[in-house]
Amino acid sequence: MVTLNHYLILGAVIFAIGVIGVVTRRNLIVVLMSIELMLNAVNLTFIAFSRFLGSMQGQVVVFFVMAVAAAEAVIGLAIIISVFRHRRSLDPQEMQLLKW
Amino acid sequence: MDASVILFYAVSALLVLTSLMVVFLRNVVHCALALVAALFLIAILFLMLQAPMLGALQVLVYAGAIMVLFLFVIMFLNPTNPEPRRTLWWGFGLLAALLLAGSLAALLSNGETLADSVPANEAFGSPEMLGKSLFTDFVLPFEIASVLLLVAIVGAVVLAKREP
Repeated sequence: MVTLNHYLILGAVIFAIGVIGVVTRRNLIVVLMSIELMLNAVNLTFIAFSRFLGSMQGQVVVFFVMAVAAAEAVIGLAIIISVFRHRRSLDPQEMQLLKW
Repeated sequence: MDASVILFYAVSALLVLTSLMVVFLRNVVHCALALVAALFLIAILFLMLQAPMLGALQVLVYAGAIMVLFLFVIMFLNPTNPEPRRTLWWGFGLLAALLLAGSLAALLSNGETLADSVPANEAFGSPEMLGKSLFTDFVLPFEIASVLLLVAIVGAVVLAKREP
């Protein structure tokens, strides 16, 4: 019997793995991919609650999260391209100045 | 142990494995491919949770469109110098992740759970029901999301276009 807790724990574990990626990696593209992983963990939690509470609202929220994630990925990658043109580097630690 | 439990554990084990691969592999393209696999596995979980519409959207939008964009940018930039290791941050990252996972697991394992108490009817999770909910209760957020996507398109073109 798969209960709600199974899905919630799985979501928490995936979210934690995403946090590790965001904090430890030194490549902006992988950091962005880890953020996508975290968003997906939250989506999984939303859908699990939606299923076990019998309400459609969780699924609608996931729909919006997907739209926002698409926009976030597009803008994030555009910023990465623009930064790479100036710096020739993808290391977030080198981006500490507000103005260059 | 029935089939759904076995399927859940198999999919979760693979999902955790592919997520770890996203975070720990050195090659960026390998990370992206592992993320595609993870997104497909999450789509399978969506199907198990009676959300077929969102499962299809997950495959089309996430594993399709967004990951193609990621791979395109990786090929486009083609970073040659290898990623330096960030050993200093490892303690912090592990601590944050362990704290998060530990507190959530402790919170969740206190016995009370919601078993499959709500018998979902046949139409639950269908595109029809999702659309009804989307266009009655969530009309305003829906319109705002469309404006957000427009802004994202314009912003991406402005940010990424070649400078004069």
